[in-house]
Amino acid sequence: MFSVRIHGRGGQGTVTAAELLSVAAFREGRHAQAFPTFGSERTGAPVVAFCRLGNAPIRLREPITRPDALIVQDPTLLHQVNLFAGLGADGYVLLNTSRDIAELGLEDLAASLRPERLACVPATELAREHLGRPLPNAALLGGFAALTGEVTIDSVVAVVRERFRGPAGERNAAAAYATHDHVLERMESRSDA
Amino acid sequence: MLEQIEGSQAVARAVARCRPEVIAAYPISPQTHIVEGLSDLVRTGELAGCEYLMVESEFGALSACIGASGAGARTYTATSSQGLLFMAEALFNASGLGLPIVMTVANRAIGAPINIWNDHSDAMSMRDSGWIQLYAESNQEAVDLHLQAFRLAEQLSVPVMVCMDGFVLTHAFEPVDVPEAKDVERFLPAFEPRQILDPAEPVTIGAMVGPEAFTEVKYLMHAKQVQALDAIPAIAAAFEEQLGRRAGGLVRPYRVDGADTVVVGLGSMLGTLEEVADQLQADGEQVGVLGIKCFRPWPREEVRAALAGARRVVVVEKAFAVGAGGIVGQNTRLALQGLPIEVYDVVAGLGGRPVTVASVRELLGRVLAGEIDPMRMHFLDLDTALVERELDRSGATDRPGPHAENMLRDLGTVASNPA
Repeated sequence: MFSVRIHGRGGQGTVTAAELLSVAAFREGRHAQAFPTFGSERTGAPVVAFCRLGNAPIRLREPITRPDALIVQDPTLLHQVNLFAGLGADGYVLLNTSRDIAELGLEDLAASLRPERLACVPATELAREHLGRPLPNAALLGGFAALTGEVTIDSVVAVVRERFRGPAGERNAAAAYATHDHVLERMESRSDA
Repeated sequence: MLEQIEGSQAVARAVARCRPEVIAAYPISPQTHIVEGLSDLVRTGELAGCEYLMVESEFGALSACIGASGAGARTYTATSSQGLLFMAEALFNASGLGLPIVMTVANRAIGAPINIWNDHSDAMSMRDSGWIQLYAESNQEAVDLHLQAFRLAEQLSVPVMVCMDGFVLTHAFEPVDVPEAKDVERFLPAFEPRQILDPAEPVTIGAMVGPEAFTEVKYLMHAKQVQALDAIPAIAAAFEEQLGRRAGGLVRPYRVDGADTVVVGLGSMLGTLEEVADQLQADGEQVGVLGIKCFRPWPREEVRAALAGARRVVVVEKAFAVGAGGIVGQNTRLALQGLPIEVYDVVAGLGGRPVTVASVRELLGRVLAGEIDPMRMHFLDLDTALVERELDRSGATDRPGPHAENMLRDLGTVASNPA
């Protein structure tokens, strides 16, 4: 089983991201489960959503305390929430930020993880460019596909188009591709180095 | 068709395929996406021939259902938490009148303190209201139970509650197969009311009954629930035969053969309990699980038969009788009367606290080591230090203030947040 925890703020589509990820995995014939932290929803408040991906029916329903991957939609949460709680040395981290690890002060975290499993991607900027709005959730799923290989970018894009019909679907799909390619390029340049 | 969808939306579609003719609901928190989804299906015409009544309260919702069901309509509503309590008087009326209303209860805690999260306090507080109570383990089972609930309600002319854990199930996206309309139609034919209000042939439903026959009317209510103990497994078997899936029934044993310790639970925690049982079996411990699928009527004989071989029975439940003990626990003791079995009452998952594999595993380890007193109710994951600090404070001053606020301040929580 592969467990994903998504951190964002109310209004950023954190819960939707977990749902979309589960649908993408379901399309690939896997078992998937997505659920939010249950609470009063307020715009701007920290939000956590969870997604489990597996090859057998999923019977656990507790919140994910030991994630295999983290998606951080809002870098300002770094100073507010213990984002990396329970993350193992083999864990994946996808950060939505236009800054780098040193600028964020995350050198210690980076040292504790495998370098190819940590990625920073300016998903908000890419979303703004493709959607005209700073909504990074669908875009980040493209980056997640590139980083982890747990779902394909094709599945991500298919569910994004299904969820957001019409032009919004196309724009979100474009943002997902852009984020996917950004992460992939960084990974390739690292392996070349 | 198997789809990856939200529990509430899956249930809304399943209920729509059961072709209700009247749905009454009050659209304020605590409500669910279920009635929101159904109102959409009525508005778009996908659910034709259904009157959707937006009423002024939960009391109004169930009262409208009583009227509609009395007039011979297949009738549905949904609620949870305080909404269910606000329906309390009408719940007893619906069952006393023998009206086959189906209601989803998206189980949530009852305040005070205010809490919107999951536990079973709401449904358990209404356990003696004369409604049948079925508990879903997954969203697939929640969907399947609704089909069975309408058939059961209409066959016996009793109201049925389908209980599904609020948030844990209602808000979870998982794979669900909502049966096709033609399959539902075959499983659940059109409603033939056993009693009907018809201006052409006037009758009274709800006559006043004095001491001369009140006991006898109530006896028949009880007798019907006892009949349901036969009807529920028969309907589950018919469902399995037609739809090819097991769902519902009275109890579901998991690895209880040869188990000397059996954990009893209901609702969405069963998957967690089964995971723990598998882990402990792998360690050589003989631990099984008994899922209670139907709590009212209480399947005393089936529970007794399933647990008879155990030495210890640990009942883990998301509600309790304050000042008395476990609710399912007491019923389990009743079922095991005369057998040399120790029954442990464990309260867990109150007000949205997750029931985790780690906690249940630790609990069972302590039970197996003889560290838990079976004569006392046990609270899983109780923060005893927090309780003790508050007790000290209460003893130290004349006006210590409200417990809830004091304890939140102690935890450094500004607004309640279980994460």
